[in-house]
Amino acid sequence: MDTTRLNELVKISGKVRLGIIEATYQAGSGHPGGSLSCADVLTYLYFNEMNVRPDEPAYEERDRFVLSKGHAAPALYSVLAQKGFFPVEELKTLRKIDSRLQGHPDMHKTPGVDISTGSLGIGLSNACGMALAAKLQNKDYRVFAVTGDGEIQEGQIWEAAMFASHYKLDNLIVYVDANGLQIDGRTGDVMSVEPIDKRFEAFGWKVQRINGHDFEEIEKATENAKAVKGQPCAIICNTVKGKGVSFMEDKAGWHGVAPKKDEYEQAVKELTEAYGL
Amino acid sequence: MAVVKKETRVTYGETLVELGKENEKIVVMDADLSGSTKTATFKKAFPERFFNAGIAEGNMVGVAAGLAASGYTVFVSSFAMFASGRAFEQIRNAAAHPNLNVKVCASHAGITVGPDGATHQCLEDIGIMRTIPNMTVINPADAVEAKLAIRAAAKIDGPVYMRFGRSAVPVVFDENNYQFEIGKGALLRDGKDVTIVASGITVEMALNAADTLAEKGVEARVINMATIKPIDKDILVKASKETGAIVTAEEHNIIGGLGSAVCEALSEEAPCIVERVGIRDTFGRSGSVDELLECYDLTPAEIVKRAEMAMKKAGK
Repeated sequence: MDTTRLNELVKISGKVRLGIIEATYQAGSGHPGGSLSCADVLTYLYFNEMNVRPDEPAYEERDRFVLSKGHAAPALYSVLAQKGFFPVEELKTLRKIDSRLQGHPDMHKTPGVDISTGSLGIGLSNACGMALAAKLQNKDYRVFAVTGDGEIQEGQIWEAAMFASHYKLDNLIVYVDANGLQIDGRTGDVMSVEPIDKRFEAFGWKVQRINGHDFEEIEKATENAKAVKGQPCAIICNTVKGKGVSFMEDKAGWHGVAPKKDEYEQAVKELTEAYGL
Repeated sequence: MAVVKKETRVTYGETLVELGKENEKIVVMDADLSGSTKTATFKKAFPERFFNAGIAEGNMVGVAAGLAASGYTVFVSSFAMFASGRAFEQIRNAAAHPNLNVKVCASHAGITVGPDGATHQCLEDIGIMRTIPNMTVINPADAVEAKLAIRAAAKIDGPVYMRFGRSAVPVVFDENNYQFEIGKGALLRDGKDVTIVASGITVEMALNAADTLAEKGVEARVINMATIKPIDKDILVKASKETGAIVTAEEHNIIGGLGSAVCEALSEEAPCIVERVGIRDTFGRSGSVDELLECYDLTPAEIVKRAEMAMKKAGK
């Protein structure tokens, strides 16, 4: 990746983060921590990988995206807004009555949302169905999904993992946002999920493990995954919950709490300075 | 004339093949019970459009939602217990909330599963499915109605829950002139003294009960309520006003199913005495089908008894 492109992506990821903070602050609720941890992967997918048309969200040949960890909706909305699916200003309506931006993604309300998610563990199954649909129609679009690491405690993830390898869904790439935290604390304390990579491998997946905040690593892993035939691919992304906002970083407490006014102001200041916005 | 019997699930397999021929967007999934649910019939005809999810009902419904969001109409099958019970949340959140074309067609519902016993005798499915917004709930009475209902389910937009039994049931309708419409009850026999509202396997029982009542000088109206949701309120209100006493009969817990749906519909507009025949809030057990129906009072004789009770309470 050339430096110009890299700098562009970093800048967009900063704007996406600002949108997450703005939206959750205005809403007075929501999930900033897990939205910030997957912000870079989402930025990469929408700005460097996926074939999508903001002016034609239902474009048949588009790549599909599934936010299996649906509570990170602010990250998805922020990236969709940056991409031009709807005005960035609309992020301020998150979770409000009559808003198109529901607490969890709703495919019938928000332009650019390919599938409704929110209940953990189901999105990966949805992604399998969408990948299977592409195969059935001999279409070459891909399905990209993001799950949480806490989320993979759900048994259905492993039902879907079995399904994806059984049906050789090599058009499916899953990013596991391994921020190591869930509502009740560290995943290792609540319910151990590691070794995530070996577990997916055992289910027949091609697995890579990367720094989920490094665009060059995300690019390399994504390109590797696209070249794999006959197997689904999982990219385990080591991330930091709350990434980019100092007082939110690696704190389980920031899973489902919105910033208060002073916290919002500090977060905006930090992000604006760090990303040169 | 000899009574022709056929399993509604066999009709399901045959009708899926017809639909598959007519529409390449029909896809079928099963959770390791394709031989029993009869989706194997479709698999044989269209192997490329059949997907076994293995024993993983939740994932099956999630995958079906993904296929449906990509333009397919997906029929998913398992036993009623696992389809409606195990996969409830996936049906609610992944299929019904986004109003996707996932048609959950569950076999082996009710007490007539027989010797498998309580764990497999689902008596709650209609209640569970009926509470989900966007969901249509259909319980066909025989092979003729099942075929029409399956075709109707494929045509409408959104999720459907349909229920089939394990055992062969008498064919009560004439395939040449039976009309089926989702949301419409069918008047099978007119009468002015009492109304029997039945669904699924109890329809034939209701007709038998009406014969017995006729011998006693009671003119019973019989309504087949194949669609439990949306329920045909008009036909019920008319029956309440004209007959003043109603008996419901269902192979389901009397809580949450047809009886409840009838009471809900009537209480708002035309309340009358409603006696409910069904499983009286208890679990089943192993036994032959006939023994179980007798044991849990799901018989024409019980319908007659409850009809007489309803009339008496109504002062008739």
